[in-house]
Amino acid sequence: MSKITSLADLKKKREEMKSGLDLRTKALDPESIVQVKVSMATCGIASGAKAIMDFFLEQLDRRNIAGVVTQTGCMGYCYAEPTIEVKLPGQDPVVFGFVDLKRADQIIEKYIKTGELVDGIIPVNYQSIDLKE
Amino acid sequence: MKTLALNILDIVQNSLRAGAKTIRISVQESEITDRYSIEIEDDGKGIPAEILKKVTDPFITTRTKRRMGMGLALLKHHAELTGGYLEVESKEGTGTIVRASFCNSHFDRQPLGDIGGIMKILIGANPSLEFIYNHSTDKGSYSFSTAETKNYLEITQITDYELLEDIRSMINENLAEIKASGLELKAGA
Repeated sequence: MSKITSLADLKKKREEMKSGLDLRTKALDPESIVQVKVSMATCGIASGAKAIMDFFLEQLDRRNIAGVVTQTGCMGYCYAEPTIEVKLPGQDPVVFGFVDLKRADQIIEKYIKTGELVDGIIPVNYQSIDLKE
Repeated sequence: MKTLALNILDIVQNSLRAGAKTIRISVQESEITDRYSIEIEDDGKGIPAEILKKVTDPFITTRTKRRMGMGLALLKHHAELTGGYLEVESKEGTGTIVRASFCNSHFDRQPLGDIGGIMKILIGANPSLEFIYNHSTDKGSYSFSTAETKNYLEITQITDYELLEDIRSMINENLAEIKASGLELKAGA
């Protein structure tokens, strides 16, 4: 694989790959795809969130899963970093803690692909706090 | 934080929360002046004067989930450990500039790390924002900008994973060309 060192190299490579690229550039409605948010506050970054973010960016693409990966600030679970929030279409978001590469892989294979819950979920009771009167 | 690139990623989160549309990161290193400096400039909403005075205090934060903001405090600590300093300039409605200066040869000055990877993540997670990265050494300088790249490739957003990974390689390769120090050329930390 030749090294990419200039914009000209980037352009040349894209032209060679053109047929494959057209399929990926479709307008995506955020509500119909998986949304993964990786916590990127100081605690998250220091605990390895960069590698997790990179993993999701790469693997959702490789495994052909329609999704968007973004960052978020501290969700408050600093003891459990790296943490991520995964929202499947039509479902409430779920927060996972202690996410290492192995768990990230499980989250994609089990939760994102089939909806099967995986270890390490941090219970977030938005509704119960709101409903408490 | 093991590398300066991770500190940069952390400070850029502040710029993102301030609603910045363009973020410029500049790194200047020199063995001749023995200075290593990092500047992060954004066009976000800026910091009010009363908060600006205390902004490097870890207990001052605009976050709501936790009452501590470690990013600037940590960077300041790292800079001062090497005999350097941190300064924050900001104007409400215009933007903020964070400048950290380190003594280049000091043992405690961390390596830069995988800065190409940091840019890749920032661009990948924020495809509608513009990022500029400038780096200068005693041997030369390199500049990357998302606007220039998109223009050249005739695309409106950089979302393709292959392209992001190629951008990471391109940035790191060019930095190696100008003999930037402390680069982490493999994917990882």
